[in-house]
Amino acid sequence: MSAPGPELMVEMYAAMLRVRLFEERARELFQRGRIPGFLHTSVGQEAVAVGVAAALRTDDYVLSTHRGHGHLVAKGGSLRGLMAELYGKANGICHGKGGTMHIADVSVGYLGANGVLASGCVVAPGVGLSIKQRRSGQVVVTFFGDGAANRGPFHEGVNLSALWTLPVVFVCENNRWASSTAHTRSTAGGSIAARAAGYGIPGESVDGNDVVAVWDAVMRAVERARRGDGPSLIEAHTIRWVGHFEGDPQAYRGKDEVDEGRRRDPIARLERVLTEHGRLDAAHAARIRESVVAEIEDAVAHAEASPLPRGEDALNDLFAYYPWAD
Amino acid sequence: MKLDFGDALNLALREEMRRDPRVYCIGEDIVLGLPFGVTKGLIDEFGPDRVLNAPISEAAIVGSAFGAAVTGLVPVVDMHFADFVTCAMDEVANQIAKSRYMFGGQLDCPLTLRMPYGIGKSGGGHHSNSVEAWFVNLPGLKVAIPSTPADARGLLKTAIRDPDPVLVFEHRALYRVVGDVPEAEVLVPLGAADVKRPGRDVTVIATARMVHESLEAARRLAEEGVEVEVVDPRSLVPLDRETLAASVRRTHRVVVAEEGVMRGSAGAWLAWVVMEDSFDELDAPIARVAAPNVPIPFSPPLESFVMPAADDVIAAVRHVLK
Repeated sequence: MSAPGPELMVEMYAAMLRVRLFEERARELFQRGRIPGFLHTSVGQEAVAVGVAAALRTDDYVLSTHRGHGHLVAKGGSLRGLMAELYGKANGICHGKGGTMHIADVSVGYLGANGVLASGCVVAPGVGLSIKQRRSGQVVVTFFGDGAANRGPFHEGVNLSALWTLPVVFVCENNRWASSTAHTRSTAGGSIAARAAGYGIPGESVDGNDVVAVWDAVMRAVERARRGDGPSLIEAHTIRWVGHFEGDPQAYRGKDEVDEGRRRDPIARLERVLTEHGRLDAAHAARIRESVVAEIEDAVAHAEASPLPRGEDALNDLFAYYPWAD
Repeated sequence: MKLDFGDALNLALREEMRRDPRVYCIGEDIVLGLPFGVTKGLIDEFGPDRVLNAPISEAAIVGSAFGAAVTGLVPVVDMHFADFVTCAMDEVANQIAKSRYMFGGQLDCPLTLRMPYGIGKSGGGHHSNSVEAWFVNLPGLKVAIPSTPADARGLLKTAIRDPDPVLVFEHRALYRVVGDVPEAEVLVPLGAADVKRPGRDVTVIATARMVHESLEAARRLAEEGVEVEVVDPRSLVPLDRETLAASVRRTHRVVVAEEGVMRGSAGAWLAWVVMEDSFDELDAPIARVAAPNVPIPFSPPLESFVMPAADDVIAAVRHVLK
């Protein structure tokens, strides 16, 4: 196992905090009715998003899920663009057409959140194929949840990527719940990482609340992919602190699981490590928090001040070329 | 030159793959060119990196084509049989059709889906259906439906060059139909209907195999002095409404002929378009020729019963002339 350098660890700490505080702020704004739709946040799962993104280049691609804000924030997406999009504003990154679950920021390689589970698993091999044909040395990571691993596209996508030795990293974010259905009640065999063996590729189970462990596993998978040795599957075990959606009463699980999640808080954990090694003190941590809060408040102010789209803007952006008036 | 419909498509693929190194073909059994010969021999000219024989994984074939299209390649997917698109319907309906829109125009998706489809030779319920209406009903997709070898070649080339996803419906009964194809590299634009036979009495708007059935009907009706104009829209999305309307201004009577089932079909949309654009020009209600609302059956007499043909077009023409 390799270790990230101290600067990178501090960057990962800041990045996790950025995801956490962004998500917490989004929840609050949603509860106050500022954000329409349904909101799925990744509070508690930050180490997966950040561990993955820290192992990637800016031009590497990410395919995300319905719980994807964290992936985009970690990949370096604009907080202003993201927040304005959550608000449904005209200058949101998708002009208000995507919203929380259908957002993309192609400028940072984030090819899209997805409202349909495991859909990215079959898109990824095509991105991998394009990378391979273009000899660009990029990789593509596709995130999916434990529930999505039971859909056909997961299997089709892993098979094709393995068959054609494509530069894809499959990252399963196992937060134990597919909406309200427990992983243990939906997944034969239990381990998703173990499914990799059937396709002849590396499969690894990691502590998804340990950002260093996630980073390390993804680094190895990314190196393998860049070498041209093909895909890997990583199952990162984590805990969702919040409901499936904002407002979910969570009658299906006890409070003890969230307590466990909080005890294993990935941010507090890294903070302890950094503090013990003299890489972070209280003043430095406070400065990081202050700067992250400022970025988020700037994004919120931007979103609040931004105009709503005009109704007729619903008719734009469908095609790249459509001169017909039929 | 004389080419059959399948060879005209093969020529279009060769021309486009020569022109643009980003173009590649993917599908099941395409190295051998099965089942209809359209991709036959491409492997010899373009090699295995550009002619990808995929496992039987429709979701991965279509989904990966989407991923490739949005990151710099130009895929041409062979759906094998259009019926199998159901196994990749999320990829077509939710990813390919919607991504550009949902993402506010950030992505272009230059992707072509070749859809071999249609009734014939006892293909049965999973190999014979006309499913074009499903895609006409999905905003974000363009839908071409050629009837002749020249149109097949010209529309497939246009589809491959188009920056948006285009489905090309290839009726499998037409693959061995021979026709004149220009020596020159001629592109047929989307949204340009073609009058396949001029006539003053009745307009028959027909697609794919029904163009040929309608031309046969027109020949037989001409013997009785009835002059039928056969108009082929050639693409359903976009639709050349003006050519349809111009024809109705000449004939004032319309039959819409398709092979899909009657209910909720592409022909129902065409009939509504004619009604909206040309209501004041019409001297009779629009008549429709389509299959009855059942899946396509196997046994020859059953199959032939549900298959719309020239006789049905003739009956419909007589009906609108009453």
